[in-house]
Amino acid sequence: MGKDIIIKVCNGTVGLAAGGEEVLKRFKELFSLYNLRGVFKDRCDIKRVGCRGFCSHDVLVDVVIDGQRTTYKHIKPDMVQRIVDEHILKGEPVTQWVDGIEYENFHKGQTKVVLKYCGEIDPESIDDYIDVGGYSAAKKAITEMTPEEIVEIVKASNLRGRGGAGFPTGIKWELGLKIRSDVKYVVCNGDEGDPGAFMDRSVMEGNPHSVIEGMIICAKATGARQGYIYVRAEYPLAVKRLQMAIDQCYEKGFLGDNIFGSGFTFDVKIFQGAGAFVCGEATALMRSIEGKRGMPTAKLWRSAEKGLWDKPTVLNNVETFANVPRIILKGPDWYRKLGTQRSGGTKVFSLTGRIKNSGLIEVPLGISLRDIIYVIGGGIEGGRSLKAVQTGGPSGGCIPAELIDIEVDYESLAQAGSIMGSGGMVVLDETSCMVDTAKYFLEFTQAESCGKCVPCRIGTKRMLEILQRITSGNGRDGDIELLEELGQYIRATSLCGLGMTAPNPVLSTLRYFRHEYEAHIYDKRCPAGVCRELITFKIDEGKCTGCGACKRSCPADAIRGVKKKPHKIENSLCIKCGTCYDVCKFKAVIKV
Amino acid sequence: MENVLEEIYNNYLKSEGNVITILQDIERHFGYIPEEAVIWFSNKLDIPASRFYGIATFYSQFHLKPRGKNVITICRGTACHVKGSEKLINRLMIELDLKEGEDTTEDLSFTIERVNCVGACGISPVVIINGEVYGNVNIDKILREIKKLR
Repeated sequence: MGKDIIIKVCNGTVGLAAGGEEVLKRFKELFSLYNLRGVFKDRCDIKRVGCRGFCSHDVLVDVVIDGQRTTYKHIKPDMVQRIVDEHILKGEPVTQWVDGIEYENFHKGQTKVVLKYCGEIDPESIDDYIDVGGYSAAKKAITEMTPEEIVEIVKASNLRGRGGAGFPTGIKWELGLKIRSDVKYVVCNGDEGDPGAFMDRSVMEGNPHSVIEGMIICAKATGARQGYIYVRAEYPLAVKRLQMAIDQCYEKGFLGDNIFGSGFTFDVKIFQGAGAFVCGEATALMRSIEGKRGMPTAKLWRSAEKGLWDKPTVLNNVETFANVPRIILKGPDWYRKLGTQRSGGTKVFSLTGRIKNSGLIEVPLGISLRDIIYVIGGGIEGGRSLKAVQTGGPSGGCIPAELIDIEVDYESLAQAGSIMGSGGMVVLDETSCMVDTAKYFLEFTQAESCGKCVPCRIGTKRMLEILQRITSGNGRDGDIELLEELGQYIRATSLCGLGMTAPNPVLSTLRYFRHEYEAHIYDKRCPAGVCRELITFKIDEGKCTGCGACKRSCPADAIRGVKKKPHKIENSLCIKCGTCYDVCKFKAVIKV
Repeated sequence: MENVLEEIYNNYLKSEGNVITILQDIERHFGYIPEEAVIWFSNKLDIPASRFYGIATFYSQFHLKPRGKNVITICRGTACHVKGSEKLINRLMIELDLKEGEDTTEDLSFTIERVNCVGACGISPVVIINGEVYGNVNIDKILREIKKLR
């Protein structure tokens, strides 16, 4: 649009938490104070944008002057004045705040398809989306293409379900198209429940229109008239922005009756989840929309045959839908070639845990895990060493450091005993205990088990009890074998995906980190120093300066000592909360 | 209460809602699901109260008991767990004098809530106090905020 000065302020969930709203406000204040809008006329613009991906550097601010982009990191409202004075008015960037090489490395190696406009456009403005070509794919699909043509393109693109299972999207749509029914539905699964995953949240918040556009194209391809977006209750901002986007679509005539003057009708409604992990499972999600308990049902039919209210339903994940408009516009060959032979395109991951550059990334399928961790992620936090990467959330497993050169695609990860999953990638280092990690995930699945089938309801409970026993120092000979046996049974006999995959975190850590389990059981020792019952805290008298920081912060009054003399921990009073370990500046508190 | 329930009922008719959306509206208005509200709707719609309770106990968004004036939500997602959210919870329980299994202080001033993942892993550990998101927190930071609310 030829605007010469554009300011982009991150207003995703993380950006807002870091103060993005205030930074945006401050820019607006200063612009009107200096009457910059009067000076530059309509050649300047201040935008709120969605997630930029590099959440650990938020609030991120882009200042684009005549196409020249400068990115600032960790911006607070009181820093805005200097940016306006020096950079905008005098043209001299404030170099000390500029995000340099780290930001560059983070983005080098990424290929953005789904996230292309996330963090670039205002998610609350449909015009911004239209300016970058938004809804031209939907228009093309509705006015120029037949359903069969759309299905062929999606099939040829090799796009696979991004929710985790990786079912070919084109084949699903074809099933939906072929089945005859007067009523059909399109459902978007935005119930992103995996802990440690926020890909779908960022897309719904950062570019909600791309999801709706994907759904419109799917509706045309399958002949559905009604769509639902199921969003989890924990994502209030995503709900708000999706609702705005839907309202704007109705205003523009992109949703409702007679879309693009073609006579085609499609409506979209948001359904807010009420907090249940199992509702990410397709059949449970549909029961939830129907207003029932979200319990999975046996898959006697595919959803595309009998889904919501027993009508044919095409259900895809947020990211899957967001890929579709770009595939329609740029063609299936372009997309397919981005990935590997078996899995086309790119995948969004949320890279978190003990990693330097944590955030949202999008990479071509087939990239090596090493490139993700060390090039994009910048390596491990605090110079420690990598122990494992957990992928696929509670349904996935851990990939040990020695398999770092593995190619990231559906098949290779499955071979390594993990899964691609929806895209959570949590980096663990030597301070993470693998038994504790497995216990953590099992606690999660145990609590989220809907209770319908016995293997999942009772089996995971027994597995969890064994793990609790092991981490509290009461592990017995034979526990490892029992875990393996139970795991195999649960995997083979559970009703839905949640149960079938629930033992994965335990089985995969047993496969690669058996020695850690053995250390807990036989030596009563937690090698990483995490399991509370297996460690005691001690003060190294040689290092203690007697500053008293630990004594003041101890909630149990378990630390004795006088100022400037080495302190001592009364083990009988110590509740092992670890506060002293965290507050000591001299590393005098040790775990033994 | 009657008026509020009437309003929720009208909204239910207008938006073609279901039991879940009714409960969501009740929770939004009262902060929990009062028994009277369930009985009122059960009579009005001729749906057994057990269906309402079946759903209310299935989904974690619904609460059957009144909650504290201030709600402290601690994220227990993987990233937050790796960065010590469990320690934060234990410490907070001690500070607020809560025993195992309790989540609300006796004077109804604070409720501690654990949530699976709020999807703000880039700034873990994350704590939400009355709707406001705090990232990269430590126990001192939370205790300071709590002090302000007391």
